[in-house]
Formats: sequence, structure tokens, C-alpha cells
Amino acid sequence: MYHRVIKRKWFALVAIALLVAAVALTGCRGTQGDAFSITGSNTVQPLSTLWAEAFMNQRPEVSIAVSGPGSGVGIAALIDSTTDIAQSSRLIKQSEIDQAKAKGVNPYEILVAADALAVVVHPSNPVTELTIAQLSAIYTGQITNWQEVGGENLPIVALSRDTNSGTHVFFKEVVVQMEGLPTHDKSLEYGPNVLFLPSTSAGIEETAKNPRAIFYAGLAYVTNQVETMAVKKTADDPAVLPSVETAVDLTYPLVRPLLYYTNGEPTGIIKDFIDYCLSPAGQAKVLDVGYVPVQ
Amino acid sequence: MGERVIEGGIFLASLLAIVVLLGIVALLLRQGLPIFSYTPPWAFMFGTRWYPVSEPPTFGITPFFVATLWVTAVATAVAVPVGVGCAAYLSEVARPAIRETVKPVIELLAGLPSVVMGFIGLLLLSPLIQSMFNLNTGLCGLAAGIMLSLMSLPIIVTVSEDALRAIPDEFRQAAYALGATKWEVVRHVSIPAALSGIAAAIMLGIGRAIGETMTVLMIAGGALAVPASPTEPMMPMTSAIASGIGNAVRGGLQYQALFAIGLLLFVMTLAVNLIADRVLERQKRKFAR
Repeated sequence: MYHRVIKRKWFALVAIALLVAAVALTGCRGTQGDAFSITGSNTVQPLSTLWAEAFMNQRPEVSIAVSGPGSGVGIAALIDSTTDIAQSSRLIKQSEIDQAKAKGVNPYEILVAADALAVVVHPSNPVTELTIAQLSAIYTGQITNWQEVGGENLPIVALSRDTNSGTHVFFKEVVVQMEGLPTHDKSLEYGPNVLFLPSTSAGIEETAKNPRAIFYAGLAYVTNQVETMAVKKTADDPAVLPSVETAVDLTYPLVRPLLYYTNGEPTGIIKDFIDYCLSPAGQAKVLDVGYVPVQ
Repeated sequence: MGERVIEGGIFLASLLAIVVLLGIVALLLRQGLPIFSYTPPWAFMFGTRWYPVSEPPTFGITPFFVATLWVTAVATAVAVPVGVGCAAYLSEVARPAIRETVKPVIELLAGLPSVVMGFIGLLLLSPLIQSMFNLNTGLCGLAAGIMLSLMSLPIIVTVSEDALRAIPDEFRQAAYALGATKWEVVRHVSIPAALSGIAAAIMLGIGRAIGETMTVLMIAGGALAVPASPTEPMMPMTSAIASGIGNAVRGGLQYQALFAIGLLLFVMTLAVNLIADRVLERQKRKFAR
């Protein structure tokens, strides 16, 4: 018995040593070899995954790791040099560029696709269109009942992504703060009763179950379990449903860039990959996911 | 000779644990304390606005703190009666055959990954709670607390049952000899005698509930308002850290603020453990007399 306990302690020591070694090894992973990583936006992730798979089919010696915890996470990883490509659904902030420069990282921006941000509700919800000002009032907590926007007498449950998400930031600037409208107000914030969810699919799932819910998501995440809302820029503008066409001709107001950031201009295998993404074959994949090609 | 090598090994292992613990405390202090030069401690603790990515950012953690209290309170309120009752049944009433089957099954509950508990809460419990209480959303502190209670149940049952079984049988025999019924023996003899162990079990359960992250991240709702009741969506401290840390740049204000929340969580679990220690000590002294 005594003997067994000792053995276990030794085992634990060895295990810890191995763990430390493993962490140390992964820590110095860089761009060497034909492996690189893409991390960041949950929105861009389906597209990056598709591109990575197709590229790895063409070039079997390459291995690409894609993950999608959120745009802010990707940019933070680029600043900390723990990823090769940061995918983002929002522009990098000046403060982030400053932080990167201080660490010797030089963010280089590449526009890879565009996305229309859909506003979705439960299929039983009779409301079919909203203005940006109404959406702003819903998300700041001024409008709390569906009756106030022409629906049933039900409280509104506003769902949002958490602060890791580029969609969170884009929606805050363009919808909550109404950027580009005369009513633009930078002091507006998400109201205290907005639910912040860790992933886009969690929000879609809750919206599909909850007749009181409203949520926003990249077009690629919209399923037929939820109803997409037509959005009006102002009360006088026509109501437009999000689609590839209305995003290309910019009649849909909530269109945003999907971006890759690298440290300096990409070279070697990463340049090959990005060239593929921007090639006609790569841009055709953009349509498959439901986003808008930019080339 | 072999003895000395072994002793050295054990000494190193225990030293490692202490070094790691001190290292973590030092890290939390080093990364977390600088935030207080931006937001004074009282504004950080009692501020109700948390907007880390706004310009300028605001850091007030009252919503998270209150959410953690609610979720832990719900988890404790559900898990303690059920857990202690279950332990009393297993040790005092159940036939050995039943005990030998039920106890491993309960312990199996501890092996369920927290993300699975989150899924179950999301798919089964939250719609149920929403329709039962006619809520706006089933993603709320109550749902999270109930799932957490299931996760702390195995600890409470196992540790309480061990404590109950450790009571000398003479205690029970004496009570029966005085004409006590089974219920009276459990209520007035076994549970009071094992109270120190049961208290430790409860504290361990509370510690588990305070620190659990994945489940609450998935089903507590994540709203930033200070929750006035457990049926509101809320964001406990652990989810606040988990949902913000990926986005925070190392050394930035948000990063420091999240470490400060971690520091507070650490202090809270430390306090729970110290209180548990005190209770145990007092019980021991009482029975030593």
C-alpha cells in the first residue's frame, strides 16, 4: 500500500514534467515547416475551414489548424505571436495596432470576403421588418415589448454574442450606436438585460426555441429554424432581406468585411494559401458558405 | 537507503504543490492588482457597469459577484438536502446490496464532463424552467444552479456517507436500546455525530459550485444586469473570466480586470475552506469532551 502511494507520487511528478515540456514545446511553435494556424472570428471560421480543407487537398504536405473563438481572441493571438493568421469580422482597432507594434508585430490586413449580418427571430413572430433605430432601442433596453414594434404583447429577449466576438463589436457600432445615421451616438451601449452567449450557434438554438427572442448572426449560421428579419436603414428606406445579392449591391445595411491579419506581408506557404483564398476557385467557396465574394 | 530516496521524493512532491500554489497566488496578484490604479477597489467591487471593450472601458463586477452568489445559493439549497438525505439513506437504512449499487452510480455522476451537463441543461432543463415559471428565457441562474447541484451532489453524498459510516455503532445501539425509532436515531444521533464530516462535505460541494465554469457559461444566460432573483439571466464570475479572457491582450486593462476577478474567486474559495476548517475544529472539540 505504502509502496503504491509513492509510485503514484512519482507518476504525478513525471506527468507534470511532461506537461511542462509539452507546454514549452507548443509555446515556441512558429511558422517553420508547412504547418500554420488560423484563429479568431467565429463568423469566418466556416469559410477558413473550407479553404483550409481544399488547400490541404491540393498540397498534402501542408497542415492548417483553424479555430474560431472570436475576432478579439484572434487579434490578441496575433499580437502575442501565438497564431500565424488572425481571422476577424471587424477592423483592427488603433489600440490593438499600438499594442502589436510595441511587441514587434506589424498587422497586415487582407480583405477575404464580406458578410451580411442577419437579424433573426422565432418563426412564430409576426414582426417581419425593423429599422436600425428600432433595433438599437431593443438592444439598449428602451423597447422591451414586441407590441411596441408591431408584434404580440410579449417581452423581448435580446440575445448577443459576448465581447470576444467581432460580430458583437460590429453590431454595437453599426446598430446599437447607429454609425452612419444622423442619430449616431457613441455613448450608447448594450443594455444590462441583453444576454451574452458564448457562440453563434447557441444563440440560433435559443432563438429557434424562444418566441420572445431576437438575435443576430452571420448569414452562414442562419438555419430554417429561425425567421430572418428585413432591415430598414431608416423608416423611409425600403425593407431589405439579407442575401448575397443585396450585400453585393449594398442595399442591405448590415454588411461587414471579413478579414485576415498576418504579421507583415505574408510570405511562403501562407502567401500561397491567401492567394488561393482570393483566386476564383477560393472565392467560389465563399458563396458555398453563404458569404459574399470580394474579388 | 531506499527509504531516504522515497522520503526525498515525497518531500519534493509536497514542495512542488506549495511552490505551484504560491506561484499562482503571486501571478494573480501581479496581473490583477494593477487594475486598481485604473479603477479604485471599491468602484471595481461595487460598480454595476462592465463594458471592457468600450472607449473608455468600465469595470464594475457587482453583477458577476451577485450572480455567483445566486447560482451557488441555488446549487447549495438543492444539493444539501438531497445529498445529506441520500447519504443518510445509504448508510442508515439501505440494505448493503442496494448501497453497493446506488453509491457507484452516484459517483459516476461526478465523472460527467461539465460541458455535457451544460448541454443537458440547455436542451432539457432550460425549456422546462422557462415554461414552469413562465420566464422570458430558460437561460437563467436557476437552471445553472440546478445543474451545478447535480455536479456537487456526488461529493456531498460520498463524503457525508463516509462520515456517517465512521460513527461507532454503539451510538446507534444505545439509542435503539432507549426505544428510539429509526428516524429518531438518524435525526438525533447519526447526523449530529457526523456533522463535522457533513459540514466538510457541504463546503466541498459549495467550492465546486463556485468554481464551475463551463456549465454556467452555457446556461446561466450571461446578462450584465445585477440579478434581483435567480430566475433572471446572469453571468457568474467564472463565466465572465472565460468569456473575456480570450479577447484580452496580455497586460491590457481587461486582462488585469479579469485576473482581479480570479483573485477574488480565489479569496472566496479560500474563505469557504477556512470556514469549513473552523466548523470541523469546533465539532471535533465538542465530541472530544
